[in-house]
Amino acid sequence: MSDEYILEMAGIQKSFPGVRALKGVNLAVRPGTVHGVMGENGAGKSTLMKIAIGLYHPDAGSIRLRGKPASFVNVHDALSRGISMIHQEMSPLPYMTVAQNIFLGREIKNKLGLINHRAIDVEAGRILSELKIDIKPRQIMGKLSVAQMQLVEIAEAVSRGADLIIMDEPTSALTEKEVAHLFSIIRSLKDRGTAVIYITHKLDEVFAITDEVTVYRDGEFVGHESSAELTRERLIKMMVGRTVDQFFQKETATFGEPVLEVEGLTRRGYFRDISFSVRSGEILGVAGLVGAGRTEVMESLFGYAPKQAGTIRMRGKPIRINNTYDAIRAGIAFLTEDRKRTGLYLNLSVRDNIIMPSIRNNLAMLLVKHKALRKICTDAVASLRIKTPSLSQPVMFLSGGNQQKVLVSRWLATAPSVLILDEPTRGIDVATKSEIYKLMSNLAKEGKAIILISSEMPEILAMSDRIMVMHEGSKVGEIDRAEATQEKILHMATGESLSTFEEKRYY
Amino acid sequence: MEEDKSLARAESPVLAFMAKYSILLILIGLCILIAVLSGGVFLRIGNLLNVLRQISVIGIIALGVTMCIITAGIDLSSGAVLAMVAVVVASLVQTPDAMDRLFPGGHPWNLGLVIVIGMVIGLFLGFLNGAMITQLRIPPFIATLGMMTFARGWAFIYSQGRPRGSLTDQFQALAQGSLLGIPNPAVVLLFCVLLTYVILQHTMWGRYTYAIGSNLQAAIVSGIKTNRYLLLVYSYAGFLYAISAIVLTSRIGSGQPGLGLGYELDAIAASVIGGTSLAGGLGSAGGTLIGALIIGVMKNGLDILNVSADWQQIARAIIIVVAVTIDVRKNARRS
Repeated sequence: MSDEYILEMAGIQKSFPGVRALKGVNLAVRPGTVHGVMGENGAGKSTLMKIAIGLYHPDAGSIRLRGKPASFVNVHDALSRGISMIHQEMSPLPYMTVAQNIFLGREIKNKLGLINHRAIDVEAGRILSELKIDIKPRQIMGKLSVAQMQLVEIAEAVSRGADLIIMDEPTSALTEKEVAHLFSIIRSLKDRGTAVIYITHKLDEVFAITDEVTVYRDGEFVGHESSAELTRERLIKMMVGRTVDQFFQKETATFGEPVLEVEGLTRRGYFRDISFSVRSGEILGVAGLVGAGRTEVMESLFGYAPKQAGTIRMRGKPIRINNTYDAIRAGIAFLTEDRKRTGLYLNLSVRDNIIMPSIRNNLAMLLVKHKALRKICTDAVASLRIKTPSLSQPVMFLSGGNQQKVLVSRWLATAPSVLILDEPTRGIDVATKSEIYKLMSNLAKEGKAIILISSEMPEILAMSDRIMVMHEGSKVGEIDRAEATQEKILHMATGESLSTFEEKRYY
Repeated sequence: MEEDKSLARAESPVLAFMAKYSILLILIGLCILIAVLSGGVFLRIGNLLNVLRQISVIGIIALGVTMCIITAGIDLSSGAVLAMVAVVVASLVQTPDAMDRLFPGGHPWNLGLVIVIGMVIGLFLGFLNGAMITQLRIPPFIATLGMMTFARGWAFIYSQGRPRGSLTDQFQALAQGSLLGIPNPAVVLLFCVLLTYVILQHTMWGRYTYAIGSNLQAAIVSGIKTNRYLLLVYSYAGFLYAISAIVLTSRIGSGQPGLGLGYELDAIAASVIGGTSLAGGLGSAGGTLIGALIIGVMKNGLDILNVSADWQQIARAIIIVVAVTIDVRKNARRS
C-alpha cells in the first residue's frame, strides 16, 4: 500500500433535526493497524462509523479511501470497496451452516446457476484456517457461541476482501479466554495488512490491542494519540475532561451489623456451597472470570433461578426466598447485568419502568396511587439527573446511561436494605459511570448493604470494601480492601487459592 | 443511536399530537368523508346509535383480545367461546314449549342466574386458555386455537347442531331496551370499555399486564407473579366474550352454534387498528373502541352508499392496512 492512510475522514459534519451530532471531526486510519475509537455515548462515534460504512451521508467534510476522494452511496457500496463492520448485535441465520452464512448473498454458482455447496465449503474452510479460526464450515451457526459467531463474521469480512474492519465493542459478551482469542485473530488481521477500527468502552483493551487512539467528545474531535505513549489517566481525561481521582468517588462508610447472610447456597451444575455475608454500609465486591458463577449465585439468591441448598438470613432471621417477589419483600434489590433482557421494559414509559416493583406498596382500594408514584419518579429523575423529556417518554429512546439510571431508580424506589448490582456500569458512558460510583458510596453511607459484581478490575478494586473471589462455581476466598491487588485477585480467580498464592510468593 | 434518539425529542408539538391521536384523526376523517358522501344521512342520531349497536359485540370481544395481545399473547378462541356461551344461555331461556326439545318439561330459568352461568362458562374457558399457556407452556396462538376448536365443538354437541330459538320476551328485552336513549348493547359496550380502562390504567394487574407483554423476564425480576396475572388476563377475556354472547343472543333472539364465526379475527383487527401492538406492551381500551368504531363506521357508511358486501370486504382490508401502516410509521419515526 503506497498511501499512508487507508481511510481519512476530515472535517466531517452531520446534523439531525435539533442535534449537531458531529461538529467537524477527523479520523485517519493506517493500514495494518488497530485504531481505537473512544468516547462517551453521545460523543458521535456511532454516527461517524455509520458515515464510514455508507449508512449516513455527511453534511460536510471529506472522505478519502486509499488516498483517493470517495463518497459512499450506501452500505453495499462501502462493502464492495473493502469496508466491513462487525456489529455489536449480530444477526446470523441460525439454521444455516457457517459456510452458508459467510457466503450469504454471494453464493458461488455452478454452470447451471445453482449453488455450488462444495465450493462454498472449501472456500470458507480456506479462509477460516488462514485466520486460524477453529470452526468447521459445515457447523450449524445457531450452535456456535457468541464469540464464535463473531469470528465467523470476521471471516466473512475477510472473504469479501475487506481491508478495513470496524468492530463495535466486540468483547462485550465474551469471556476472558475468548477475548484473548479474538485479540490473536485481530493481530493476524493486522499481519495481513488489514486495518481495524476498534470501538470500546474498556480502557484495558485500548492498551492491550490498539496501536493508535482517536477520542471524541460531544461530537468534537478531542485528540489522536499513539497508544504506546498514552496513559490511562490521560485517556480518561480526554474522554470526560476530568481526572481519575474524581472518577471513582469512593468514601468508606461505617459498617453496621450483617444485613444479609448466605450459607451453603448451591445450584447444581452452576455453583456449590457459597457462603458470604454483607454488613450495612459495606460494599462487597464479587470478582471472578466470566463463567465463574457470580451472576448465577445472585439469581438464585434473588429467587430468579432455582437452588438446591442453602440458608439465607436477613438481619439474623432466616428467610425463605422462593421467587423474586419474596426477595423484594425481604428488602433485596437486584440490578441485573443484561439491561435489555432482564431489566428494561423498552416500549414502556420511564414512569412505568421505575414503578413496576413498587406499585404493590402504593395501592388504595385496589387502585394505583398514581400521584404518589409520580412523585417517586419526579424525585428520582431529579436526584439521579436522568435526562428525559418527560416521564411518559418510552425508555428505549434514552441513552444507555440514562436507562441504567432509570433501573437504579426502580430499585431505590423499593427502599431495599440490600442492593445487588451486577455489572452496574456495563455499556454506559464514563460520566454516568462516575455518577453511579458516587451514588454507590452515598447509598453505603446511608447504611445500605451493597453487593457489586464487576468484570472491570479497577472498578472492583476502587469501590469494594471486601472482595469475594469465585472460580468455576466455588468461592475461592475473600480479600480485604487494604490487601487487594489486581494480581492477587487474578490469581484467585484463575483457581489458585490465596494461601497457595502467598506460599508461592514467599518461597 | 444516541444521536438518533434525539430525533424524537426534536419533534414538533403538532406532529407529536398528530402521532399520538392519529387513530382518532383517522376516525374523524372517515366520519366526515362518509357524512359528505351520504349527504348527511350518516350523521342522523338514529344512524349513529345504530353504529354503536352494530359494533357492540365485536367491541366487547376486542377489549378482551386487546388485553391478551398486550401481554404479547393472542386469543383466537373468542368467537367459539361466544358460541358456546350463546347456546347454553339460549337453551336456558327458551319458552317452555321450545325448551321441551332439550329439557322435557323444563321452564325458563331465572334470568339473573342464566347470565351468571353464561359468565362463569366464559370465565372458565378463558381460565383454561390461561392454564394451558402458563402451566403447560403452550404458545398462546396454539393454546387458543385449540380452545377455538374445542369450544366450537362443544357448542355443536350441546345444541345438537340446531339453533336454540323462541327465547323468552324477558331475555330478548335485554338488548331491545335503552338507557338515556342509548341502546343497551352500546351501554354494555361503554361499560366494558370503562371497566377495561380502569383495569389497565388504574390497577396493579393492568400495569403488570403491560410489563409482562413488554418484557416477561424483566417482569419476573420485578417481582411480578407473571403466571397469576396471565391467568387473570385470559379469564377476564373469556368473561368479556360471555358478555358479548349474552348481548348477541338477546339481540338476535336465538343461540346458534355457528355464531361468532370469524369474530376472533375482526376483534384482532379492531384491536390492532386501535393501536395495540402484536409485539406486546402497547394498547389501550380507548384505542380499541376507536378501532372497532372505524370498522363499524366504514361498514355503516358503505351500507348507506349501497356498496355490496363483497366490496365491503375489500374496503375493510384496505382500512386495516392503511391504519396499521400509519401506526407502524408513527412508531418507526420515533425509533
